[in-house]
Amino acid sequence: MAMAAPLVLHLLLALLLGLGGQSRAEPERDSLREELVLTPLPSGDVSATFQFRTRWDSELQREGGTNHHFLRYAVLPREVVCTENLTPWKKLLPCSSKAGLSVLLKAERLFHTSYHSQAVHIRPVCRDAHCVSVSWELRQTLTVVFDAYTTGQGKKDWSLFRMFSRTITEACPLASQSYVYVDISRNGQENESLEVSPPPTSTYQAVILGDRKTYAVYDLLNLATFSGSRSLNLQLKWRQLQDIGSQLVPFLHAQRYVSGYGLQKGELSTVLHNTHPYRAFPVLLLETVPWYLRLYVHTLAITTKGKENKPSYIHYQPAQDRLRPHLLEMLIQLPANSVTKVSIQFERALLKWTEYTPDPNHGFYVSPSVLSALVPNLVGAKPANWEESPLFSTMFPTSDSSSYFVRLYTEPLLVNLPTPDFSMPYNVICLTCTVVAVCYGSFYNLLTRTFHLEEPKRSRLVRWLANIIRRIRGVPPV
Amino acid sequence: MTLCMTMCLGDYVPVGQGLCVSVHVRLCVPINLEREDATCMGVWNCIYLTLYLSVAEGAWYCGKGPELGIRRPEFKFWLCHLIVVWSLVNPFTSLSLSFLMCKMRRMDLSYFQLWHLLCSLHPLAMGLLLDSHRRRALARLLLRLNTPLCVVSYLAGVFWFLGLAFSPLTQNTYISENAMGSTMVEEQFEGGEHALNFARDFTAQRRKTGSLPVAWLERTMRSVGLEVYSQSFSRTLPFPDETHERYMVSGTNVYGILRAPRAASTESLVLVVPSSPETLNAQAVGLLLSLAAYFRSQIYWAKDIIFLVTEHDLLGTEAWLEAYHDVNITGMQSSALQGRAGAIQAAVALELNSDVVTSLDVAVEGLNGQLPNLDLLNLFHAFCQKEALLCTLQGKLQHSDWASLGGSLHGLQTLMLMVLRQASGRPHGPHGLFLRYHVEAITLRGINSFRQYKYDMTAVGKTLEGMFRKLNNLLERLHQSYFFYLLPSLSRFVSIGLYMPAIGFLLFIPGLKALELWVKLNKADFGPEEQLGPNHSLVQPFGQDARGVALTPLVAPVLISQATGLALYLLPVMGQHVAAQHFPVAEAEAVVLTLLAIYVAGLALPHSTHRVVSSTPRGPDSGWMALKLVALLYLAIQLGCISLFNFSLGFLLAVTMVPAAALTQPSGPRFLYAVLLVLVSPGATLLGSLFLWRELQEAPLTLAEGWQLFLSALAQGVLDHHLYGALLFPLLSLGLYPCWLLFWNVLFWK
Repeated sequence: MAMAAPLVLHLLLALLLGLGGQSRAEPERDSLREELVLTPLPSGDVSATFQFRTRWDSELQREGGTNHHFLRYAVLPREVVCTENLTPWKKLLPCSSKAGLSVLLKAERLFHTSYHSQAVHIRPVCRDAHCVSVSWELRQTLTVVFDAYTTGQGKKDWSLFRMFSRTITEACPLASQSYVYVDISRNGQENESLEVSPPPTSTYQAVILGDRKTYAVYDLLNLATFSGSRSLNLQLKWRQLQDIGSQLVPFLHAQRYVSGYGLQKGELSTVLHNTHPYRAFPVLLLETVPWYLRLYVHTLAITTKGKENKPSYIHYQPAQDRLRPHLLEMLIQLPANSVTKVSIQFERALLKWTEYTPDPNHGFYVSPSVLSALVPNLVGAKPANWEESPLFSTMFPTSDSSSYFVRLYTEPLLVNLPTPDFSMPYNVICLTCTVVAVCYGSFYNLLTRTFHLEEPKRSRLVRWLANIIRRIRGVPPV
Repeated sequence: MTLCMTMCLGDYVPVGQGLCVSVHVRLCVPINLEREDATCMGVWNCIYLTLYLSVAEGAWYCGKGPELGIRRPEFKFWLCHLIVVWSLVNPFTSLSLSFLMCKMRRMDLSYFQLWHLLCSLHPLAMGLLLDSHRRRALARLLLRLNTPLCVVSYLAGVFWFLGLAFSPLTQNTYISENAMGSTMVEEQFEGGEHALNFARDFTAQRRKTGSLPVAWLERTMRSVGLEVYSQSFSRTLPFPDETHERYMVSGTNVYGILRAPRAASTESLVLVVPSSPETLNAQAVGLLLSLAAYFRSQIYWAKDIIFLVTEHDLLGTEAWLEAYHDVNITGMQSSALQGRAGAIQAAVALELNSDVVTSLDVAVEGLNGQLPNLDLLNLFHAFCQKEALLCTLQGKLQHSDWASLGGSLHGLQTLMLMVLRQASGRPHGPHGLFLRYHVEAITLRGINSFRQYKYDMTAVGKTLEGMFRKLNNLLERLHQSYFFYLLPSLSRFVSIGLYMPAIGFLLFIPGLKALELWVKLNKADFGPEEQLGPNHSLVQPFGQDARGVALTPLVAPVLISQATGLALYLLPVMGQHVAAQHFPVAEAEAVVLTLLAIYVAGLALPHSTHRVVSSTPRGPDSGWMALKLVALLYLAIQLGCISLFNFSLGFLLAVTMVPAAALTQPSGPRFLYAVLLVLVSPGATLLGSLFLWRELQEAPLTLAEGWQLFLSALAQGVLDHHLYGALLFPLLSLGLYPCWLLFWNVLFWK
């Protein structure tokens, strides 16, 4: 299984820059494209990614360039995955779950997986070169990873029916394109180890995540795909299982954790790995840290291979209590084949008693840090036509032939804050004791005390103090 | 997490005329003993002390009012004002502190607040004591009743403690945590045979490689579907460890992470199996692998589960924990961890060395006497009952009939064993090291005795499955139940609220004695001599200048005994090579022998310094009285502090040292006092505890064995301090030993 990524409810209000302007051809209107990409992993797991793209014209006009003051970033670090996430999402699809690829979206199977990621992207797309009028694009993606151990009962052969307990019978009638892609690249293996049946009608080659990939393509609008039977039940068989130890490691990956112990201080550490054999590349690291972790910015340390790594750009916006979180943005150069550790110390703040969550001993979530990078390719890629190429290849857009864009979210963190006891007896005891201590003690003291004049005893300190006071009062010293 | 405790000791010691100096001791004991938290608390205390002193000074000026030329209405106003401000400040400071810090480690809150209330009643006492008539009356009462009060208090303390195992003071345990409430699921683990196969493979591989078979473990863990990582570590011990035969240790920990489906790796549970050359724990490793394979095929996990196999038992665990939390506190050298799984919520350590077990023993005592939350133990006990397993605590089965005298005595025996083990401050299993990181943990040990009925791996596996499924349901960290408790059996416990009075009674004695000494030292202030009671001869008229305490003669003995303590702490480890060069002993022996040598040499050192430093112009007795006063207060403060974070240690030391300390004086049967004092010195207490421990375990020691055990315990104590940060050695050498030397000094004052 790949690094467990958090399910981030990612609301992208701003448009994805750069892509909108590039489209040359007039985009189709009110069109739906749907596709399913199946990627068998060497461990025996299978990743399935659904993508649905709808476009429609709109009267809403775009005004000038993007005003960066309106860029907003929000993140909800904790989201429990359940069918409530899926149902409204499915309702946005033109065919709902009645026809096409979306019949496979059966909740009971999708929530039996080991990984689940669901997204909605909305953006305006220019209708012409001058961008006078725009169309709107809604793109919905859903990625699940089927686990060979739990869902496959240990078997590593998969079919659509095994995965979704459904097969594909037709494309969505509204769809202009409907494809199923299966990753059949050899992953550097000599012999072809994966067998796909029925045999694909065509194959597609592309450079995805910096590596050349081959996909078997099934066009659902082409009736030949369903020839022989009424439904398409894709089957994946491993001829020869690879060594599961040799997992492919992505060029850029990251970990995040809290170090230290105790409830006063701690340290946030983000470890960035660049496993590219010979290319260095810069990474934009964005951290938003809640205000109740008081960051000590002077302790920010970025080390690569034991040496300090100076970021070429740092933007820091300090937190304001109860108003806004810390925002720390850095551009860090990652040398080839290196591990970079970014750490910053913090102190845990004390919250007001009403600010604690109902389960304060669970801990408080700290949102993931966001890594954005142009990761160099291992092989040269042809610049592709965005409108023509499959939807999945635009998930990691390439700006030129040598690199692709990737945005990573690290795992969210759980931090314990000092937590008082919220139990009722405790509060009652506190209150009573305070009342008794304040009132009874002092009143009783004042009421019972008697004062006597006693023979003053000379000690040097007393005389000295007395003289000081006398001098202040203007009385001759003793 | 820190627990801040406030307590006041020896308050209101009247000095001179109208002057009231309160020895107000606010003690803050960070339970986890973390430096940062201690500093934070230190700052709070400084603020508090400053506030307090300013008020005390105010009161003092009031007493001096006429002399300073302040007219009466004026200073009365000042006085009221200050006292009101102070009474406001006091409860709020301690309240805010307690509010912040209390729930981190659950104390019995009523006791906590009682102390606080006592602190806040200062003004009342000030009112009483500022009045000279009442003060005199009080002093007289105190002198007359001192000895009977001390005796009664000591007896009360001891009997209270012995009574802890009896029914009104013990309660039945119960699970407080809602999320672990009812036991609804059926455990389905059936991999007992599988576990034994793994265990056999592991033993074979282990024999082949000669150390932990890292490659085999990695391969096997990967084949059952875990994400596998390993960590190498090395540590050079301060001196060779003869019991485990190790000096320069290097090893590898292997761990596999089961990622919970569709979760973000924010929380995790740990199952740890320590493996070392002497205890292979092959069956435990087998069961771990078999459980991992079973857990991997289940879909209900909400927390990641880390399956950890450590090499060199505790050293490996310490290395892994430090690397997981990315800290270095003990000078361990280890590689960084590649895989993590968020905040660890709970951990279970497993030790099994036989294919079948007759019972499972559970160990709770951790580093520095820390204990896991009682709920974790309750959980284990619940599954013991559900699976009908035989479960023991301190190797003792539960007595069938609680109400009977025999049952209670049996409980007392178990409780005493727990007290002795907790007092040692050693981690009794790998779980003990997790507690520092606020991870609740227990160690389960499989015992294979001669009993007829045996349980197989499946039964043990089912127990573990049940526990992990319950822990998996946790919504919050375990915090509902007690963190401070004593256990007379698995199903009964004594909460902190019920055992603290025992030590309270004992610590009352040094307070009373100190007060008596203070009154005697300031005798002239308390009226006619004949009212001072039978100790007439002790209280010579000191003359007009004799009132008050002469502190100068005390400086030398205090400094010397502290320096001896420092030498005791530093020299054995620093000078081991020198000692080994000049004497025909090994380094480990050199350390222990140096330790003993300095310990004994300390007895000869300080006790005649005062004769050189100063002649006592204030009367023959004032010198030792002042020294004893200081020593008593010092002892009371130390014992108070210790008992807050390790009750057992505090109680053991108090029950031995306090009576001897109270009796010591340079007149009367001095030889008897000297013998008594030597018998209660920290070293002798350790020796005695070893004998008592083996006696309670029904495996009595002979003298020679006892001595050998004592020597190795000394070496282990020093090692534990350097390897894991155990505090017993520095506490004894830097704190209690110098304090004890002060009493020794008092005894030989003349």
